[in-house]
Amino acid sequence: MQGFKLTLAATMALLSGGLSITSAMADDDVKRPRTPPDPTYVQECGACHAPFPAKGLSTASWQAVLAGLDQHFGTDASVEPKPLEQIRAYLAANARSKDTLADGKPALRITETSWFTREHSRVLAKTLALPQVKTASNCAACHTRAAEGRYSEQDIHVPKAGETP
Amino acid sequence: MKPFSYLALLGFAASLSGTPAMAEQPADFINQFSAEAKQVNAGFSGFSAERGKAFFTSTHGNDWSCASCHTQNPLAEGKHTVTSKIIQPLSPNANSERFTNPAKVEKWFKRNCNDVLKRACTAQEKGDVLTYLLSVKS
Repeated sequence: MQGFKLTLAATMALLSGGLSITSAMADDDVKRPRTPPDPTYVQECGACHAPFPAKGLSTASWQAVLAGLDQHFGTDASVEPKPLEQIRAYLAANARSKDTLADGKPALRITETSWFTREHSRVLAKTLALPQVKTASNCAACHTRAAEGRYSEQDIHVPKAGETP
Repeated sequence: MKPFSYLALLGFAASLSGTPAMAEQPADFINQFSAEAKQVNAGFSGFSAERGKAFFTSTHGNDWSCASCHTQNPLAEGKHTVTSKIIQPLSPNANSERFTNPAKVEKWFKRNCNDVLKRACTAQEKGDVLTYLLSVKS
């Protein structure tokens, strides 16, 4: 019986294909969100950059971001109270269940999280210097449907040097 | 009609003209900025596309100008100077959605004037800029 349980666990771990079952599932939630992103979130938080996936950060991280919108990475991204509460509720309902920490505190940048680094460090080493990429937060440079909140593998196109957009 | 009814009708008509209309076209915003500018400055003498263009392309002593993201050609697509996100053309002559929604206009002036000038834009400045944006033709 012990042997059987061990084999079952090992098989499941193999099948899940990830470092752990939970982190693989969470990353799937980033690529294929079950519901389209909230329209208010897309409008208010997708005007200056791609609307980042809610699953990209923990609730604690999102709270920290929303608390400082008037000084949002160097610009004023302030939102009126009503849409702000709608955004807050959407993010809390769809946030990553595990912590996203940087220097022991809730990370403010998705690009600083360990899950993001795990997924992107190789491709960014090749593409970050390209003018059509420029920053790791420029999701749409490769994720062709980022504006719709879709990050599925099938919609990825990695740009090459000299390619026109 | 009884005198009271006449009065009621007049009052109703007066309230209609006095109600701030939900601005839906760029011209409505010009009128709104004009009225606001007059309130602040009795010597207000209208808006100027040339002044608007100078304002739009100046960094006002800081890092960014309006043109940093919206480009020197408001008929063209812009690009966010930090994130590279594409921005739809700002001139109503290239994009019929621009300057049709009061809440949107107020929100973006508030945010972006803070970004560029570190302060709110005056009604004079907003009117000059919109006049410039309306003056650019393809």
